[in-house]
Amino acid sequence: MFDYAEAAVEAALAAGARYADARVMDRRHEAMGARNGEVEELAQEASIGIGVRALIGSGWGFSSTSDLTTASARKAGAQAAAIARASASVSGPDLELTPVEARQDAWANDVREDPFSVPLAEKGDLLSNATRTMKEHGADVALAGYDAWDTKKWFASSEGHRIDQHIVECGAQMNATVNGESETQRRSYPGIRGQYGTRGWELVRELDLEANAARIAEEARQLLTASECPSIEATDVIIGSEQMALQIHESVGHAVELDRILGWEAAFAGTSWLDLSQIGALRFGSDLMNVTADATLPGALGSFGYDDEGTPAHPVDIVRDGIWVGVLSGRDSAALAGLDESGGAVRGDGYNRLPMVRMTNVGLLPGTSSLEEMIAATDDGILMDTNRSWSIDDKRLNFQFGCEIGWEIKNGKRGRMIKNPTYTGIGPRFWGSLDMLGNESEWTFWGTPNCGKGQPGQIGHTGHPSVPCRFRGVRVGVRG
Amino acid sequence: MSDQLLEICERVLARVGRDAEAEVTVTVGTDALTRFATSFIHQNVADAVRRVHLRVALDGRVAEAVGNQTDSDGVERLVRSALEAAALRPIDSGWPGLAPSASAPSVEHWDEATARAEPAERAERIGAFVRTAGELETAGFCSTKEETVAFANTLGQRLEGRTTIAILDGIARTATSDGSGHAASVGLSDLDGVDVGTGATRRARESADAGDLDPGRYEVLLSPSCVVNLLGFLAMYGFNGRAVEEGRSFARIGEAQFDESISLADDVAHPMAVGIPFDAEGTPKRRVKLVDGGVTSGLVHDRRTARALGAESTGNAVAGAGPWGALPANLVLEGGSVSREELIAGVGRGLLVTDFWYTRILDPRTQVVTGLTRNGVWLIEDGRIVRPVTNMRFTQSFVEALAPGNVRAVGSDLTLVGGATFGVGAYVVPSLHLASWNFTGGAKG
Repeated sequence: MFDYAEAAVEAALAAGARYADARVMDRRHEAMGARNGEVEELAQEASIGIGVRALIGSGWGFSSTSDLTTASARKAGAQAAAIARASASVSGPDLELTPVEARQDAWANDVREDPFSVPLAEKGDLLSNATRTMKEHGADVALAGYDAWDTKKWFASSEGHRIDQHIVECGAQMNATVNGESETQRRSYPGIRGQYGTRGWELVRELDLEANAARIAEEARQLLTASECPSIEATDVIIGSEQMALQIHESVGHAVELDRILGWEAAFAGTSWLDLSQIGALRFGSDLMNVTADATLPGALGSFGYDDEGTPAHPVDIVRDGIWVGVLSGRDSAALAGLDESGGAVRGDGYNRLPMVRMTNVGLLPGTSSLEEMIAATDDGILMDTNRSWSIDDKRLNFQFGCEIGWEIKNGKRGRMIKNPTYTGIGPRFWGSLDMLGNESEWTFWGTPNCGKGQPGQIGHTGHPSVPCRFRGVRVGVRG
Repeated sequence: MSDQLLEICERVLARVGRDAEAEVTVTVGTDALTRFATSFIHQNVADAVRRVHLRVALDGRVAEAVGNQTDSDGVERLVRSALEAAALRPIDSGWPGLAPSASAPSVEHWDEATARAEPAERAERIGAFVRTAGELETAGFCSTKEETVAFANTLGQRLEGRTTIAILDGIARTATSDGSGHAASVGLSDLDGVDVGTGATRRARESADAGDLDPGRYEVLLSPSCVVNLLGFLAMYGFNGRAVEEGRSFARIGEAQFDESISLADDVAHPMAVGIPFDAEGTPKRRVKLVDGGVTSGLVHDRRTARALGAESTGNAVAGAGPWGALPANLVLEGGSVSREELIAGVGRGLLVTDFWYTRILDPRTQVVTGLTRNGVWLIEDGRIVRPVTNMRFTQSFVEALAPGNVRAVGSDLTLVGGATFGVGAYVVPSLHLASWNFTGGAKG
């Protein structure tokens, strides 16, 4: 496969590129879905192809093809150069990519049980049994599904990189929906997006869907008669680790993407409230807030050996003791921002998508409190968890998030269940109110398999180590 | 081209043999997109698309497989994968069978020059947009897409279609504001970088130094891009056979759930539409009235939900849509006779909104959605734009927003907006003047 990649790179250079790289990607995806006790969908997708980047002046071009022959690879390389030449007609500042050692290496993640080797019948039984149990316990609609990916990549560059990687990912999710007179309620397990990682089928076995099916169906039905989340301008809120993963993803992860900060996503995904001139000095949150982007965490969904520019995975400090100190970057964005090196955060969704800045495993480092200690320390507040809705502005500052379930907290005890809990805030003000942080025993590497970004659209797989947290003075219960 | 694609379909079906029901869709084309930001082209891509989607049913045991290789080895792997998976599956009690043989409407939204567009032609329009904005920073994209699709199944259905679409979409930015411009058409030659850039630049300048406005209920004048966003939620969570089957939809056929000025249909044959005239299951598309003079009058179906509800498929199956069900790809909201100037003049005290952003549903049944405004908001008083306003968050039921009596006027500015809310199709819509919209917070909290 390296021969195709090198042929593409050579053709791009021959057509005038001053730098080129190419990735051959061979990817399998399997997804199964069950509904109300029956397996309803089984999809298997296989794709293989090559994507080539070429740099002429400061203009990039990218071309891809699924026709994997030497001639087609060369044609794609030449076309990437032709596109780069068109880019140079509306050109930007001079660009010298940040240096990275040109390695020849191989990497694969640890997999105990290959998800593709588990019999389909066994996987189908797991989903149909889980949905049947939810149905039997009150769900009007019970859904469960899993996804598994097997990705092989061969990367070569004009600087001499030659890296192959084999990444296996999988995970599962389920949810129970109930219909009331004029509303629907839903409970998901283990979270709205399920749980995914760079692991084998052992991850799905550990989730134990069936053991949780009855509980979430019953909770969904209980929500129909639960009290509405009160509308309060400022109260204490304890947020579970699944919702915290979403909070980190939306209000920290996207905000520290360097391409957004530089304005490269201004017209679509948006920019960032962060200004590079303030890095190292800006207070992002309270002293308890420590966030890293670490693609080396074993089993987390945003882990890999090398990013799609050949930069080795390494941990990057993002927020230290509440101060903003780092960004997610690649070789070109880092260079234009005046940074010394790439953060190794560039990935493409498939052979036919341009690698771009993506989150790796962006997450909170744990603190010292348990969830029960947070509840015991709260006189009057709300505990909420499991994301239901999410909306945040184009600067990643003003957010409003909703959860599936909540509980009142009175005098240090968990009280009645509440439905439709929502909270809203402004990023740094909200993070500044963080005053209790879950401990290491609560640290969970949540995986988000559906992070959308870019044009044409790309789906990214990101990880979010997270713990329950308490925030003070939060507005809750915004109504429609 | 399509002959070659049908030939691939035939090879796939021949390999499947006679023991299984099967349908196959082959899609080829070019998806090219040039992005610019901080006033230069920073990403520029072209993908030679090739995709084969196969679904088989062995005595009601159903499985799908997707691949991108069409040589004999690729076809062999694809078919084997689908058949082996199907053999291991339980019988699908909801399997509706394959689409019968039927001809599709004679619709072709195709422009040859767009299909062959070079990167320089996209760069040329971006250059014009950037120059038009002068000293203002710009960002956006210009794309050209051509797609040829062939469908065949073992019941003898054979269909082919092709479509093109070109989009120019960008913002101009002052230090305190953004303004957007959008254009989409079947043909790239219809897109004028100067024209789109002029609109974006004007909106950016006119929304500069915006002031805050207290949250609350206001009249709104929604531009076509906002209306597309709104309709996407009605389509996904409302006029969707599966949502109705599962009791999650607000839609009640025969009831006047909307203002009488609202008439909505899915119509691939509309002269401003793009797309092909059949769906992922090979069912020909037809015009489906969803709302007729305010009365909910129809739903969209794939074969599964049609069977479940005793209806006929409307040709709205989406490949890989899974539990989401059928979606309209060509919504057309009937335009009115009111010009933009008259729409503004008709507002007592309200907000003119250019774009919505990050809209997410809070409750599917009531269609309560939260989101933000973007790229220009202005306060209108007594029929005149008086000042720009900073972005605001809203939490609003989209059904209630269009309820009887809540639509004050429908614009005459029927516009093709490329890229519907959930990524399926492109809608044709006018501006709307609505009586009330619930803004629940300012951009600063």
